[in-house]
Amino acid sequence: MAMNKQGRPTTPMGSEQAVFQTVSGNKGLAQAEKLIFEIGDIHQTGVDLAKPVKVKSRLGGMERTDPIGLAGLSEPQAMRHYVRLSQKNYAIDLGVYPLGSCTMKHNPRLNEKVARMPGFADVHPLQPESTAQGALELIHVLAHWICTLTGMPSVAMTPKAGAHGEWCGMAAIRARLDADGHTHKRRVLVPESAHGTNPATAAQCGFSIDEIPATDDGRVDLEALKAKLGDDVAGIMLTNPNTCGLFERDIIEIADLIHSVGGYFYCDGANFNALVGRVRPGDLGIDAMHLNLHKTFSTPHGGGGPGAGPTVLSDALKDYAPLPFVTRDGDQYRFVEHKEGEGAASFGRMCAFHGQMGMFTRALTYMMSHGSDGLKQATEDAVLNANYIQASLSDVMTPAFGGVCMHEALFDDRFLEDTGVTTLDFAKAMIDEGYHPMTMYFPLVVHGAMLIEPTESESKQELDRFIASMRGLAQRAKAGDVDFFQAAPIYAPMRRLDETQAARKPVLRWTEPAEAGK
Amino acid sequence: MRYLPLNENDRAEMLAKVGVKSVDDLFVDVPKAAILDNLIDLPTHQSEAAVERYMNALQSKNISAGSAPFFCGAGAYKHHIPATVDHLIQRSEFLTAYTPYQPEVSQGTLQALFEFQTQVAMLTGMEVANASMYDGSTACAEAVVMATRVARGKKMKAILASGLHPHYSAATQTVAQYLGIELIQNPSEPGTDCEAIDQIDDQTACIVVQSPNVFGEIVDLEPFAKAAHAKGALLIAVFTEPVALGAIKSPGEQGADIVVGEGQSLGVGLNFGGPYVGLFACRQKLVRQMPGRVCGETIDANGDRGFVLTLSTREQHIRREKATSNICTNSGLCCLAFTIHMTLLGEAGLRQLAAVNHANACVLADKLSVIGGVELVNETFFNEFTLRLSKDADTVVEALAAKGILAGVPVSRLTGNQKDLLLVTATETVTDADINAYVDALAEVLS
Repeated sequence: MAMNKQGRPTTPMGSEQAVFQTVSGNKGLAQAEKLIFEIGDIHQTGVDLAKPVKVKSRLGGMERTDPIGLAGLSEPQAMRHYVRLSQKNYAIDLGVYPLGSCTMKHNPRLNEKVARMPGFADVHPLQPESTAQGALELIHVLAHWICTLTGMPSVAMTPKAGAHGEWCGMAAIRARLDADGHTHKRRVLVPESAHGTNPATAAQCGFSIDEIPATDDGRVDLEALKAKLGDDVAGIMLTNPNTCGLFERDIIEIADLIHSVGGYFYCDGANFNALVGRVRPGDLGIDAMHLNLHKTFSTPHGGGGPGAGPTVLSDALKDYAPLPFVTRDGDQYRFVEHKEGEGAASFGRMCAFHGQMGMFTRALTYMMSHGSDGLKQATEDAVLNANYIQASLSDVMTPAFGGVCMHEALFDDRFLEDTGVTTLDFAKAMIDEGYHPMTMYFPLVVHGAMLIEPTESESKQELDRFIASMRGLAQRAKAGDVDFFQAAPIYAPMRRLDETQAARKPVLRWTEPAEAGK
Repeated sequence: MRYLPLNENDRAEMLAKVGVKSVDDLFVDVPKAAILDNLIDLPTHQSEAAVERYMNALQSKNISAGSAPFFCGAGAYKHHIPATVDHLIQRSEFLTAYTPYQPEVSQGTLQALFEFQTQVAMLTGMEVANASMYDGSTACAEAVVMATRVARGKKMKAILASGLHPHYSAATQTVAQYLGIELIQNPSEPGTDCEAIDQIDDQTACIVVQSPNVFGEIVDLEPFAKAAHAKGALLIAVFTEPVALGAIKSPGEQGADIVVGEGQSLGVGLNFGGPYVGLFACRQKLVRQMPGRVCGETIDANGDRGFVLTLSTREQHIRREKATSNICTNSGLCCLAFTIHMTLLGEAGLRQLAAVNHANACVLADKLSVIGGVELVNETFFNEFTLRLSKDADTVVEALAAKGILAGVPVSRLTGNQKDLLLVTATETVTDADINAYVDALAEVLS
């Protein structure tokens, strides 16, 4: 018998090959997956529980008798369901996730291990303080690191995320103004480039918002700011480095101007990762600033949280900090939980219990792992990586502003002018190239904004691959390959989704098909 | 440094490409007076082993719930979490993903959120739910603010019934104080929730009632719903123990308009108070006033079903100062833990879990209440009840802690007064041996 000389084909067919629908709807490793309500039923369960002992019910005749509708899955079914779902997600651990302002850095797994130690993870918030001294000590130590890194005298630990921290800082300002009888001071200045949370937060603290325009070089317009000053100004909310990735050069003068009219300076600390170890916000004249432990200090984003937003406060504001807080008597730690004694001036409690302990353990683990030297190096590498990207793309894309940037590089869509390709198309094409898109259409002060933040976690090799992809895409756009961009993504788990339909006729939950037809 | 991939050669090449001599040249916009030349006064980097050793020493100073007979509740509950939950939430694709703003590469998170919203709506007996808030207390505060929005700012009074968890009242007060909301707070007292009904008037935007309440009492919400609706007000129902909804009527069945609660019991550990997961559900007609992210169903360019974040015109990144809330990051990974645990339970498992909790609490209450100096306050309860003791509850709790038993939460820890009241919880994790140890030790301490 003659040897088969054909062998195994090793070259895939050309890209012009038709895409065939599979019988199952699966695409190899990408498995189609139904909703749990379409797989399981109300009788299926994935847990084994003891039989309850017979007792006389104390439910007072309030027993739930109607079916609830909750579908269950056995353990193997559940495992497959969620593993299949997980494979439809992009992730930092998979590739470059250059979301500007979001700081998608590596999440060390030691942090996860520490957070799960039973002495942290399995401790009740209201068990006696004598049985939780290690937990209180950890909060105290983390507060010391935060105060030292920011150069601020005090930190409120309970805010549960960045926006919650913003609220904390603005509430402290409001409480101080009220305590001083300055009830006419109700106007807060917010630059146009601010995160949406800034004006939303100020409004939720009962302030009115007055927008300040940006200069042509992407910073606060100092003259416009001066023109807005007045006796009714409560303060300013300013992000630094700002959302264009630029350091506000006039920040000390801005602080002095705000203080000169009796106002307070709130600094949005979302971009503190550009400053850690190189600049202390306390040296810039700020009165309050939140830290996003899930950005700067590597606690995982988790698909949208949980975060943590400890908020540093100046001497002028620290007495108004939220309850509870940790204090130390000799070698013992205790909470101040009520509005009396040391807590008398507090503006109140922001949430049940003591804040995001599970994030505190992770953040302190991260800080101690890096140490003062590693944190400084991380900051410098993050800034260097962003500048390297900006320098490597500036001839094919259009940087929004000249000069060096901080931790993120901002481009506008001038390079796409007359190509028929939009920022959105460009972003979706990045998905097919294996990258998560950058932040787009933000900040609002730049047309078709593309905000790229690589973080310090990327190697030069990875950056060079990313740069090569971006250059290729930019050239392809200029070459007029509009169809390629408008069809993207084609290699993602899904094609572009219809967001208009989702909003027009909201379907926010699964319902039994028969019911849905009614 | 193990987390930093760049080496000195890389840095030199990259600086050259940027066209600067040193990294200091990238910080030129920082005022000279503010740039640090020396290291900040903190310890330098440490190995993984060294940091782990330090953290291990710290955690060893705490008594963990699983290492002792444990009876604390008051808004945070010890339940057994299936091993599957923690494994799945640590998958990189869930753990290290951002908020699903790019739906084509976020369907895993989005579908899980859609399922989560459905489960929360079913559990609470409501039509829709959002994709979570920070915790139950902040969800409660947001619900009150939402009720004033539903009333178009024409009604600014909110009544908090006496059984609402004091932390939830306080968190609501903190937010309400700067928005011109008049909060009627009734003093925490067992058996007095109904007094709030008579406070409802034409200026009332909402009444907030918790069931089971902070004392563990099961409250019939229907009279509150009827009275509220008669005056054009909303009933906001609150719960801190979602497992209870596997045994008792849902707030939706009883006429609630908005339901908020803490979801920590399912999938999320005690974590010394956070992170937790705030559940938020409401009637369909109120959905455009709801705070927070919402996931909705749609189709992609091929016509295949998919999911996206939707109704974002309510949110801060679009509406800025006119947004329904300033919330951005919520409790994403805790939602995932909640929904996985709930899926493993299913309706059958949830009902059985609830039955075991209730039975254990009944056994414990019966055994404790016959001890001299102990009076059971509750006529009704699910897995948590209140005891009136002949000694200060915090003294008793400390004495029992010294014997290695975490006996419950003194009400004074929450309110600053009512020193004789103790909140006691028994979940499925409590054993007969735990109960017997508690009974013997309490009898000894009170004798």
